[in-house]
Amino acid sequence: MTGAADPARRARPSALARFVSAYGQEIVIACAIVGLFVVVSAINPRFLGANNLNTIVSGNAYIAVAAIGMSMIIVTGNIDVSVGALIGVLATISGTLAVSGYPVWVAWIAPLFIGAAINGVVGTLVAYGRLPSIVVTLGMLSILRGGLVSFTGGAWINNLPPAFQIAQARWSGIPAPIWFMVILTVAAFLWMRHTAFGRSLYAIGGNAEAARAAGIPVERRIVQVFMIHGTVAGMATMLFATQLRVIQSTVPPNLELTVITASVIGGVSILGGTGTVIGSTLAAVLFAAIGSAMIFVNVSAYWLRAVIGLLILVTVLVDMARRNREFRSAR
Amino acid sequence: MTPRKLFRHETILALFVVVALFVLDRQSDRFFTLDNLFNQGRLMTEVGLIAIAMTFVIVTGGIDLSVGSILGLSAILLGVFWKSLGLPLPAAIGLALVVGTLAGLLNGLIITRFRVPPLIATLGTLALYRGIAEGVSQARSVRGYPDGFYVLGQGEVWGVPTQLWIFGLAAVVAAVVLGYTTWGRATYAVGSNEVAARFSGLGVDGTKIAIYAASGFAAATAAVIFVSRVSTTRSDMGTGIELDAITAVVLGGTSIFGGRGTVVGTLLGLVLIQALKNGLSLAGVKSDGTVVLIGAVLILTILVSNLFHRNANR
Repeated sequence: MTGAADPARRARPSALARFVSAYGQEIVIACAIVGLFVVVSAINPRFLGANNLNTIVSGNAYIAVAAIGMSMIIVTGNIDVSVGALIGVLATISGTLAVSGYPVWVAWIAPLFIGAAINGVVGTLVAYGRLPSIVVTLGMLSILRGGLVSFTGGAWINNLPPAFQIAQARWSGIPAPIWFMVILTVAAFLWMRHTAFGRSLYAIGGNAEAARAAGIPVERRIVQVFMIHGTVAGMATMLFATQLRVIQSTVPPNLELTVITASVIGGVSILGGTGTVIGSTLAAVLFAAIGSAMIFVNVSAYWLRAVIGLLILVTVLVDMARRNREFRSAR
Repeated sequence: MTPRKLFRHETILALFVVVALFVLDRQSDRFFTLDNLFNQGRLMTEVGLIAIAMTFVIVTGGIDLSVGSILGLSAILLGVFWKSLGLPLPAAIGLALVVGTLAGLLNGLIITRFRVPPLIATLGTLALYRGIAEGVSQARSVRGYPDGFYVLGQGEVWGVPTQLWIFGLAAVVAAVVLGYTTWGRATYAVGSNEVAARFSGLGVDGTKIAIYAASGFAAATAAVIFVSRVSTTRSDMGTGIELDAITAVVLGGTSIFGGRGTVVGTLLGLVLIQALKNGLSLAGVKSDGTVVLIGAVLILTILVSNLFHRNANR
């Protein structure tokens, strides 16, 4: 029994090795966040102040939440380029309800249902109309963006009731958006890993035909996952719309790309079948931290996007190199 | 003409275009005037040049999200080369075109050498190129170009807007290359079955790199025309133009999965979008309502064409 040559032992690597290979991307991003904090706080200790940490995370929690739904969509091998427009539309609806005298909880909850309904249509077109999701959501992007501006005429919503501002609440001293982000991320992660429904999403993304042969109702699952994504976008809206005392009734520029980027950097393969929402949430936090760090080390904020772009490319290239190596050693 | 040929996507789309033009003509007597049509041509040229190159990209089964950012980067560098570095304007234009082409080339290299999916690679360079444009410009705009430069975007040659000549030339060359050359056939082969194309001895990687470089060149050309048309240079130029171009290409019948599509289809898609935008605004519909309609038309056209396509396959 020589360890190295024993095939049984080689096929069963240690628990740590399995953990590292399963969550490689998440570990890389977590290390990047820690590294960033160490370096930046060495240059400017005020970066580590509790106030700044809260601002970084809670101000961007809605991106992390939206990325949870997006990750589910991408895991099934689809994509949604309309989520930014959807959040813009839902925010306007939510704000309109809040100023028209409805109870605030109605204004919070309504986006969840409307988001599910709109994305239910998208999912139906993708699953039963056999249209590529990028085409349907591209069309939906135009419809939502144009519909929003022609409905509101670009007017802002003012005089929101103070009780509406859930994003400014603190529970046990921690901003509410952080609670939402953490709880939703953990719940979605466990749900995707440990329920038959969640695992079927990976199966569909890995090989839709094989999933169908295994008895998974692929079309119905795709409609359902789009509706879940719409609901989660409604929750993101709840955090986004209640941040400030006004709601700009335009689509937040490039929000869909930021959300997709967070999912992809978080390790969700655009080809479907792999990735976790822990990764996408960590990536959203990393983006926010980089944006804040640049201010603290006195780099012009105009370079932010270049840094993010470079980060995307480096992460993807490292990931591809790792995957190619694993592919080769598996053969 | 077999029924199969008659029901191809371009025919359906051409019918849509004719109906749209007819209806819009009835709505406003200003629609079918030469002045208006030429003006619409000016507005269509920038996205049109990008969409023509995008047709090739999507036919190979790829996508290029970075074209809007390449446009912004080339425009900013055009201004910086000319004003800050004091280069003569023709040299600045040439350098801007070179930078745009190199940016596209880098996309191609990342996609072929590192096997990064095009959507991800160009998502990364979308942020990178726009970021460089913003970083270099620091939100300052460059104005005051010499009068001769404005001929490109605002002037006429032989009674026709200058950029329409460029656009027409690009369209003809692209249609011939994609439809009637071995290189064009190779593009379809790469898109319909990359492995088979590789085993047939086609230079798959070379074809892809050349197409992404051409996409960058087209975006840079659009940048020069854009700057000339609006007389100024800003770093946010071309934001979102990639989605407009992709919409035109897909509306034109190019399959997002690759292997199918024509330049003529893309041109029809462009004309339909521009006609809807213009005609409806002349008829008093607000431009945002038009955007809604374009989204609906996009989904509907693909749905209809999908039905016919599937029936034809059976």
